[in-house]
Amino acid sequence: MDINISRRTGVLLIIFTFLSLLHGSSGEIPSKPTGGVTILPPVKPDNGPQAFPDAEKANLPVFTMDYARIQIPFEITLWVLLASFAKIGFHVYHKITIWVPESCLLISIGLIVGGIMYSVHEEPPAVLTSNAFFLYMLPPIVLDSGYFMPTRPFFENIGTVLWFAVVGTLWNSIGIGMSLFAICQIEAFGVQDINLQENLLFATIISAVDPVAVLSVFEDISVNEQLYIVVFGECLFNDAVTVVLYNMFNFVADMPVVEPVDVFLGVARFLVVGFGGLGFGILFGFVAAFTTRFTSRVKEIEPLFIFMYSYLAYLVAELFAISSIMAIVTCSLTMKYYVEENVSQRSCTTIRHVVKMLGSISETLIFFFLGVVTITTEHEWNWGYILFTLLFAFVWRGLGVLVLTQIINPFRTIPFNMKDQFGLAYGGLRGAISFALVFTLPDHIGRKPLFVTATICIILFTVFLQGISIRPLIEFINVRRTNRDLDTINAEVHSRIMEHTMAGIEDLCGQWSHFYWKDKFLRFNNLVLRRILIRDNRAESSIVSLYKKLELQNAMEILDTVTGDITVVPSILSIYEEKKSSGKPKKKFQAPDLKNMHDILSKNMYRIRQRTVAYTTKHALPNDSHAREILIRRHTSIRRSMRPGSFQAPGVPKSHKYFSLPAGESLDSKFPPGRLSVTDDEETMSEMAYPSRRSRFGQPSRSSSRGMMPLRRLDTLTEASVDMLDENQRRGTSRKTSSSSSSSSSDSRIPAPPHQLHSPVDNDSGSADNLRNGHEEEEGEPSLPPPSWAVEPRDNATQNPLLRRPQWNPKK
Amino acid sequence: MGASQTRAEHQYQDLADKTGFSFEQIKNLFQRFQQLSGNEETISRANLDSIPALANNPIRKQIIGAFFDKRNQHQDEVGSCDQIGFEQFLMVMSHFRPPNLRTTDEEKETMRKEKLRFLFNMHDSDNDGTITLAEYRKVVEELLSKSGEIGQETAKAIADAAMLEVASINVPNMGPEEFYEGITFEHFEEILKGLEMESRMHIRFLDVDTSTMRCGKSQS
Repeated sequence: MDINISRRTGVLLIIFTFLSLLHGSSGEIPSKPTGGVTILPPVKPDNGPQAFPDAEKANLPVFTMDYARIQIPFEITLWVLLASFAKIGFHVYHKITIWVPESCLLISIGLIVGGIMYSVHEEPPAVLTSNAFFLYMLPPIVLDSGYFMPTRPFFENIGTVLWFAVVGTLWNSIGIGMSLFAICQIEAFGVQDINLQENLLFATIISAVDPVAVLSVFEDISVNEQLYIVVFGECLFNDAVTVVLYNMFNFVADMPVVEPVDVFLGVARFLVVGFGGLGFGILFGFVAAFTTRFTSRVKEIEPLFIFMYSYLAYLVAELFAISSIMAIVTCSLTMKYYVEENVSQRSCTTIRHVVKMLGSISETLIFFFLGVVTITTEHEWNWGYILFTLLFAFVWRGLGVLVLTQIINPFRTIPFNMKDQFGLAYGGLRGAISFALVFTLPDHIGRKPLFVTATICIILFTVFLQGISIRPLIEFINVRRTNRDLDTINAEVHSRIMEHTMAGIEDLCGQWSHFYWKDKFLRFNNLVLRRILIRDNRAESSIVSLYKKLELQNAMEILDTVTGDITVVPSILSIYEEKKSSGKPKKKFQAPDLKNMHDILSKNMYRIRQRTVAYTTKHALPNDSHAREILIRRHTSIRRSMRPGSFQAPGVPKSHKYFSLPAGESLDSKFPPGRLSVTDDEETMSEMAYPSRRSRFGQPSRSSSRGMMPLRRLDTLTEASVDMLDENQRRGTSRKTSSSSSSSSSDSRIPAPPHQLHSPVDNDSGSADNLRNGHEEEEGEPSLPPPSWAVEPRDNATQNPLLRRPQWNPKK
Repeated sequence: MGASQTRAEHQYQDLADKTGFSFEQIKNLFQRFQQLSGNEETISRANLDSIPALANNPIRKQIIGAFFDKRNQHQDEVGSCDQIGFEQFLMVMSHFRPPNLRTTDEEKETMRKEKLRFLFNMHDSDNDGTITLAEYRKVVEELLSKSGEIGQETAKAIADAAMLEVASINVPNMGPEEFYEGITFEHFEEILKGLEMESRMHIRFLDVDTSTMRCGKSQS
């Protein structure tokens, strides 16, 4: 508890430090630069000391300050930093973000900052000029969504997604716009001067949904993927539609008279804009993919291509005034698959991180300024108009989902039920885009302050009320869920089998539908696209890659296991345990020690089992970076585990953990409970004490890669790029070949326990041989000819499925 | 003419009751059936083998096999036949009928089980109720056979790993001297317990007459 308190105070401290910093900095701003498109506000000089010396002095100035020169980037930096600190702040105490969406917190902090600024009569930053928003802040946000769009479910549901995004948005805009226009006719509200065009414009703005908060909730409770992807896709494409409509209505709002023909022109324009964006996106996507084919020698700038091409797509689309959001989204969707295969693992991680980072900064800033602006701008409050806006936004959204689902359901294999529809309708939060759009409205719209106020109201209302309540509600009504964490080979094999079966059955009954097209596309992809776009174009079955990934994970686990000498991965251990407990006296081992292990595990280990990419929240990166971090950790922990203290009896091979226990040996002799606690304290004496060993363990990651045999195994199976490790791998391999004869034996037993790694060579191989022999005797070779490395299932049944390294026969 | 039509309708009604398809769907499938069989009463393996669109399907053999597998035809027989009639054809197809909004949870559960059984039968080629390692390997090999340069070794390795996984999930307490002889249906259910099948094992059978599309398709 006290930890929490101290954390909170920490948060406050951070915030206040920063507030003061900000305030201090703005205090010395001398004069504002003119220039139309400043991102940052004209801030009044505070009668502060004049920062720069007077010009008439001819002497060489000893000390000068030219604040005006750096003002804009300087202030941007400070704002970004402030927003980021806020973000750090409420992630310190993790549980807050589970119950209160991040956007709420950001807005709240924005409100606080706004309050402070207001109280000291500071003018709010006029961050959001139209250009700044559309050219700099919007692209990262959409790139983020587009790049991390889960591709498979998206294409499986593309019809529904587009249906909701396009028709739904039109429905909402027109519905809300019309009804508001009707409201405007009521004299009592005093808003008769808002004409139809302006109403439509406003309605368009507030029909842009931005369900970041909802998505992260959906993800947490792993709601079924159809619902997830429809909400995700809707928010993405609905941005595109909204921006197009916005521009159109913005134009129309200017026109004195709207002729019928303009409506048709509008529709035509709408299509041109949409498909034009699509076309540019695909074009640039392929060009980007093709470019990365040749970047293997310039890995440093690989990620740059991705950003430059997507930005280029965006800008070119802007140039022709077609939907730039469509362009950048399709561009990222198109290139993602190919690019990620072309670039190195590092670049891939970099790309993802940067995309995430830019996107979330942009969004953080917008939400943050939303809070600030809420306090500091002039509002025009009109009860009637604002309340009706809220009401209509709800009603039309609900109605829209209801009606549109009825229409789309007959075309869906899995229809949306009422619960799904509720999720869809309730997930319609308004967010950053709406705010930005309304804020960038041109000034000639008379009621802009009212629109701003109404939009802020609806955003606050939906974000706070719906955002906070959606988790309990969704859990309460128990929406159908999908288990996304099945990371087993069987599941992968069978989903492949199912796909092929479905494609086959569809062929059999002569229907063209989803599976058929998917099948055809995959074939085309493998035959043509991959050849052109991917350097190493051998198609890799997803089964094989999953298999590799699992092997990799298991290698990590083994290493982890080895490290803290008892931090045994629970799965191995529990299987082992259960087996033992069925035997004889081992029960003792269970309770306290296991608990102890779990403690250590929870402290020391990453959750390796976590599925890597799957879905990504808008604010969190896919955690596939773990693997490498684990390697690094491995390095330290391996060294640590080589401390003398960690081996109580050097003669006893630790590897017994993984082998079936030789009959008659007591488990406890190898796992004296006392050892469980040894681990952590002695890190300091890592390598220094073992200079001789350092020659072998010079490079940490290499040393760990030595242990990663399964990877090398896989190399024989398939092409080389065992992603993150390949580099290390290669080195490790070359070493291995150059090393003594013992290498083969250590090859065969991956989880080579630490002592094996550093014990004298002959001793090592000797004990290993003994072990193996003993082991083989036990299992008795089955009738099937042993594949060069695969294990016979029977004996392994006792172990974690993939932990079969100990039993690999050495290559013949 | 009228009589034969009512007879056909009567027959359709029977089939609809048995399989849950609508008349339209049955009619469509019947047309397809005739097209495949060359207007014969029954269809043989050779008919299905010659479907051009199927040629690239890596597990074509299993899929076609499934149609001639008596276990998939809701009869209590085992073994396979050489010829199937329209009714059997429909029976096999009915495994992939999607649920609708009125389907209850129990029905969904049964449907899921049927689908699992279908998959299981695709593996279990010798009808003995277990998937042995050899059978599993064979399927995985076929599955990967179109994926380019993946050797048999890989396929084997993957099948082995998968088998191990099954064993460890289902028989955690197995001693080293025991032998896991194969996946039974219960185990099969267990390993695929969390796998989402709703969106993957369903085909939206068309209601409308798509004979024109079908022609185009079968020529392609």
